[in-house]
Amino acid sequence: MDVKAIRQMFPILDQEVNGHPLVYLDSSATSQKPISVIEAVENYYRFDNANVHRGVHTLGSRATDQYEGAREKVRRFINARSTGEIIFNRGTTTGINSVALSYARANLQPGNEILITPMEHHSNIIPWQQAAKATGATLKYVPLQDDGTVSLEDYRKLVTENTKIVAIAHVSNVLGTINPIKEIAEIAHSKGAILVVDGAQGVPHMKVDVQDLDCDFYAFSGHKMLAPTGIGVLYGKRELLENMEPVEFGGEMIDFVSLHDSTWKELPWKFEGGTPIIGGAIGLAAAIDFLEEVGMDNILDHEQKLADYVMDRLRTVEGIKIYGPEHRAALVTFNLGDVHPHDVATAIDSYGIAVRAGHHCAQPLMKWLNVTATARASFYLYNTEDDVEKLVDGLLKTKEFFGNVF
Amino acid sequence: MSFNNLETLYRQVIMDHYKNPRNRGVLEGDALTVDMNNPTCGDRIQLQLQVEDGVVKDAKFEGEGCSISMSSASMMTQAIKGKTVTDALKMSKLFSEMMLGEEIDSDIEMGDAEALSGVSQFPARIKCATLAWKAMEKGVNDK
Repeated sequence: MDVKAIRQMFPILDQEVNGHPLVYLDSSATSQKPISVIEAVENYYRFDNANVHRGVHTLGSRATDQYEGAREKVRRFINARSTGEIIFNRGTTTGINSVALSYARANLQPGNEILITPMEHHSNIIPWQQAAKATGATLKYVPLQDDGTVSLEDYRKLVTENTKIVAIAHVSNVLGTINPIKEIAEIAHSKGAILVVDGAQGVPHMKVDVQDLDCDFYAFSGHKMLAPTGIGVLYGKRELLENMEPVEFGGEMIDFVSLHDSTWKELPWKFEGGTPIIGGAIGLAAAIDFLEEVGMDNILDHEQKLADYVMDRLRTVEGIKIYGPEHRAALVTFNLGDVHPHDVATAIDSYGIAVRAGHHCAQPLMKWLNVTATARASFYLYNTEDDVEKLVDGLLKTKEFFGNVF
Repeated sequence: MSFNNLETLYRQVIMDHYKNPRNRGVLEGDALTVDMNNPTCGDRIQLQLQVEDGVVKDAKFEGEGCSISMSSASMMTQAIKGKTVTDALKMSKLFSEMMLGEEIDSDIEMGDAEALSGVSQFPARIKCATLAWKAMEKGVNDK
């Protein structure tokens, strides 16, 4: 994998920030976009823009072909059985909310349980809190091990006949923990529960095969995998989606409308009310082309090496505390002694280094870690060992700066 | 930008307030209590005010957050203690203007809080600096 060549495809990386070359270490928040994605979106608006599924005219056909072509590309990318199982939406949050609003509301009753973990992003917690409140079901948590992983033993104990929904992140956006989805799916199914996966930090970084994982729903966002913001995907097993009511009603999703009743289009369109995110889907297709050209296995391999490297190097910084397990995705959450993470982020930004600071939309996890905030550096296919060195250098200077002023 | 610019943000007096906060703690007896947080970053403050006859007799705060938010809380309590509510609100308005990079032209003394003027060059941190002031405004306005 030629990272130098890859970097050249990302025009945004070639700039100075605060007088230093940009070191972008916030891809878990959102990834940068290659020129091919930017051009695909631009070309769509420049030459082919029209609404989909209704135009008889030529541009309408072109737009529809590209939009539905993007769906087929996503289907192949995650190995879903059919395009009916690929619902385009606004992102992971929307996907999980759809399942919580439709499937959960219809299938839960008092006495039933939803099982999640404390490592979830707010978008995989709050929809379930709301579903529990609305249905009288109980929200339960699988405890975390000391290193920030989950134990399958705990799942075997906690998944019972009462459990109807199990939900978990494929990869934790804070700890970098890579969760054993396939094994958890098997345990959930053994008791008749379904498994909902927050794939926001999964799909961008590794080959995901939803049939192999055997999860029931898998939600992810385009913007974390080189595509524009505003496009996301909810994969769901056909038999579940067939029996679910739409969440949004209106144009595009109907079969027949009379004065007092309506019927829905077939899958996946019954879940896509309103004019869809056409340009976003086309950008997502271009992003998948880019990722496949590089190769998902190559990307994972590159990121795993980078993850090992960053752990080794960060450990040399005296006073640093790193959160999460040894084996992890390419993101590191840490605190630098007594320096507040906002101050760390501001300080290294003055060296052109972009990291996230705050609670990372995971307040329950912050509580578990017994911190109010942390800093996070996250890596993607365009990051290098040199970026890691600059991070380490920036942190050392930050320590020195705050050591002097404190 | 370099760490020299950082020094315009993290001035000595700010670090002093962060390390040795003034008026940190809990007020005994009757006091207005305001809880406020910055949901995007997790900074949190609990501000207590004792207001009598339109004058801020005492102010204390507890909280967690970065050096900017905590030093600002310390400076704010120091600035408004003994002042009328009207003047405290005027100060808050001046502080907001200072955060927007505007020149302050007023006869009201802001005290150490003026040291935070450098924050205006760091837009992402303005909310840290204004948290305590917003809590104070909420407290006296809700009264």
